[in-house]
Amino acid sequence: MSTSTAEPASKVELPASAGGGGEIPSFDITLRVRRYNPEVSEEAHWDDFTLTMYGTDRVLDALHKVKWEHDGSLSFRRSCAHGICGSDAMRINGRNRLACKTLLKDLDTSKPITVEPIKGLPVEKDLIVDMEPFFQSYREVMPFLIPGGHEPTKERLQTIEDRARFDDTTKCILCAACTSSCPVFWTDGQYFGPAAIVNAHRFIFDSRDDAGDMRLEILNDKEGVWRCRTTFNCSEACPRGIQITQAIAEVKQAILSRNI
Amino acid sequence: MQVHKYDVVIVGAGGAGMRAAIESGQRARTAVLTKLYPTRSHTGAAQGGMCAALANVEEDNWEWHTFDTVKGGDYLVDQDAAEVMAKEAIDAVLDLEKMGLPFNRTPEGRIDQRRFGGHTRDHGKAPVRRACYAADRTGHMILQTLYQNCVKHNVEFYNEYYVLDLLVVEEDAVREDGTAYKQKRVAGVVSYDLATGELHVFQAKSVVFASGGAGKVFKTTSNAHTLTGDGMGIAFRRGIPLEDMEFFQFHPTGLAGLGILLTEGARGEGAILRNSEGERFMERYAPTIKDLAPRDIVARAMANEVREGRGCGPHKDYVLLDLTHLEPAHIEAKLPDITEFARTYLGVEPFTEPVPVFPTAHYAMGGIPTNIQTQVLQDNDTVIPGLFAAGEVACVSVHGSNRLGTNSLLDINVFGKRAGVAAAEYSKTADYVELPEDPENRVRGLLGGLLESNGSERVAQIRKELQDTMDANMQVFRTKESLERVLSDIASFEERYKNVTVQDKGKRFNLDLLEAVELGFLLELAKVMTVGALHREESRGGHYREDFPDRDDEKFMKHSMAYQDSSASTEHVAGIRLETKPVIFTRYEPMERKY
Repeated sequence: MSTSTAEPASKVELPASAGGGGEIPSFDITLRVRRYNPEVSEEAHWDDFTLTMYGTDRVLDALHKVKWEHDGSLSFRRSCAHGICGSDAMRINGRNRLACKTLLKDLDTSKPITVEPIKGLPVEKDLIVDMEPFFQSYREVMPFLIPGGHEPTKERLQTIEDRARFDDTTKCILCAACTSSCPVFWTDGQYFGPAAIVNAHRFIFDSRDDAGDMRLEILNDKEGVWRCRTTFNCSEACPRGIQITQAIAEVKQAILSRNI
Repeated sequence: MQVHKYDVVIVGAGGAGMRAAIESGQRARTAVLTKLYPTRSHTGAAQGGMCAALANVEEDNWEWHTFDTVKGGDYLVDQDAAEVMAKEAIDAVLDLEKMGLPFNRTPEGRIDQRRFGGHTRDHGKAPVRRACYAADRTGHMILQTLYQNCVKHNVEFYNEYYVLDLLVVEEDAVREDGTAYKQKRVAGVVSYDLATGELHVFQAKSVVFASGGAGKVFKTTSNAHTLTGDGMGIAFRRGIPLEDMEFFQFHPTGLAGLGILLTEGARGEGAILRNSEGERFMERYAPTIKDLAPRDIVARAMANEVREGRGCGPHKDYVLLDLTHLEPAHIEAKLPDITEFARTYLGVEPFTEPVPVFPTAHYAMGGIPTNIQTQVLQDNDTVIPGLFAAGEVACVSVHGSNRLGTNSLLDINVFGKRAGVAAAEYSKTADYVELPEDPENRVRGLLGGLLESNGSERVAQIRKELQDTMDANMQVFRTKESLERVLSDIASFEERYKNVTVQDKGKRFNLDLLEAVELGFLLELAKVMTVGALHREESRGGHYREDFPDRDDEKFMKHSMAYQDSSASTEHVAGIRLETKPVIFTRYEPMERKY
């Protein structure tokens, strides 16, 4: 339910600062992009681009500037451009992030900004990787509601507390920033990886779901949660701020206690 | 030539496409073709909610919802369609809940509901709590839930397959009154596999278009880079009309300068708009429901405040969305994502500072015309057997000249489901239409032409200039002069487009080539929108002509239908024929639209 606050004033004195600052500053950067195109060469290499950018620009804007004004062959995925669709996870200055959520001004612009494809998945061209192994792991954890009992006429009831129990893991946008930041995943491509576990968690802890035991059995596999070495890379990489390492720990705990 | 055969092919894997796929996939052999991965679709960016008269928190019924939808659309809504949508809304929400969607809950454990613009109790008496929601991530949850259920039902996806042509054959036919005509029939689609650059023909008994909107004709837009109106463009090039394209919605609260959406749910939760004088200006424009007036009215009010010198910031070119009187815990619980957008992209802390906002191009009310069974029409009455459309690409028409907030998430679920069922049922009794000779011919010509061009024009430059002129001249305020300016600009862009160059000549992931193809659709659609806007000498819903500020029911209470026709011209634009289609009335007589 919405809280009802008093009707706001028809007119207020706005602070002088309201609405933000003045002119947007501009600055020069060097964007160093990892290039790979097997149609041209089996060898990957780095390309540097010097660009004039603005204070509100993101890494995605810099990539677009390269593609649209300098080199149309530079290839990367993107769609929504504000951190919701999960297309543009990449390795920026050695850390997995979304290009559309990383402001250039927050990076050290005195040095070249490096951009590479996410690790652990086969590179197809430039910043584009083959996502199929990632989605394969996702599909294996049965990422859909399997309710028990009879289907009610209206909605299934769920308390606010039960809904909150799995809220964090509903935020996942399947961008693969977490899984491709995981050192275990880099060395063992069979490992389910953090994203699949996050999506299993989302259903295991949903009070409406009845198949938690089956998912726990799947994740109890030798390529399951026990491969996690708790390095926290995944939590740091998540652009949605999901506490992934904690979610994995909760799944481990549930396997041990079989108590959801 | 690589040919695949399916009963049903669905083009697009956003909300409408996947809702259709869940139905069709369980009834017929179905393939879903998407230019992205399903979970990248822009349904996921929708925030605020999905309206249905569940009456979980206060009295409500579907008839009130129907009325609000009709009035919200300034009476250009087909009322039979609005009634279907409002009635089926209730099951559409319950279906999603049963599929697992994590709605916010009331203390009793039911689906919670909140206020949204234009949704009212008892025909406009006061705002009503009708929008079912999951924080400000309702679209994300819908997209994820539908994808999860597609995984559950083993729906077959072809990811990163760009559909670039619809295969249509024409047969001689005779109407009941004895007149001869050409009956279109659908044979399948031609698609381009991004990974390999290969063309694939999909032969199908039924084709469902669910490929979304065309917001990238504008510069300031909430739409994804990939929303380039491909589906509308393909249909138009195949002689299928486009309905009501002059009506485009500008969402009031885009982040200033960026266009990123801040949900109307913020105002539903109590946020208000203020101008540079700190004034809650919506009190002047919509005295009863104020900041919760429909989007066209709020967007125009904002633009008017800026025009009259009461804008904020160094260039006085935006207004402010004020959440500072709300409890931080309440904002955090109900609007976590949009507050993060304000922090990330503008460096503004919404708990303590008002957020700079300005209208952003958001939604195409028009599209491929369909009836309420989602069957595509080749003229005002004639159905194209086997061709269906749903969601933003379609015009059924439930949104008329202005869509109410939440009604798009509803539209994709109600009509997506209908399309999936109808396409599968049709495929059970129909035969395949024989593929035309050399079905890839057109697409091969299109791509080959772009790849071989040695011109000097850049796609991005033309696109930028198109978007600039559309923002300057085809946005909230329009005049004869501004629209003619757009059309003369587009004419020069079209000339330059013939000289466009694609730098990437390769086969793998050639997005450079596809951006050039997409620009072709954008140019075509911008022209259709603008011709319609120039021809419609009245103001209605999202279409506001300063030189014709009143609604003119006598002349313009009708849908517009634009056809590609090389022998015709409209508003001095060659190649477009504009006709009209009657609006369907059931319960409501047009009234003056006040809030």
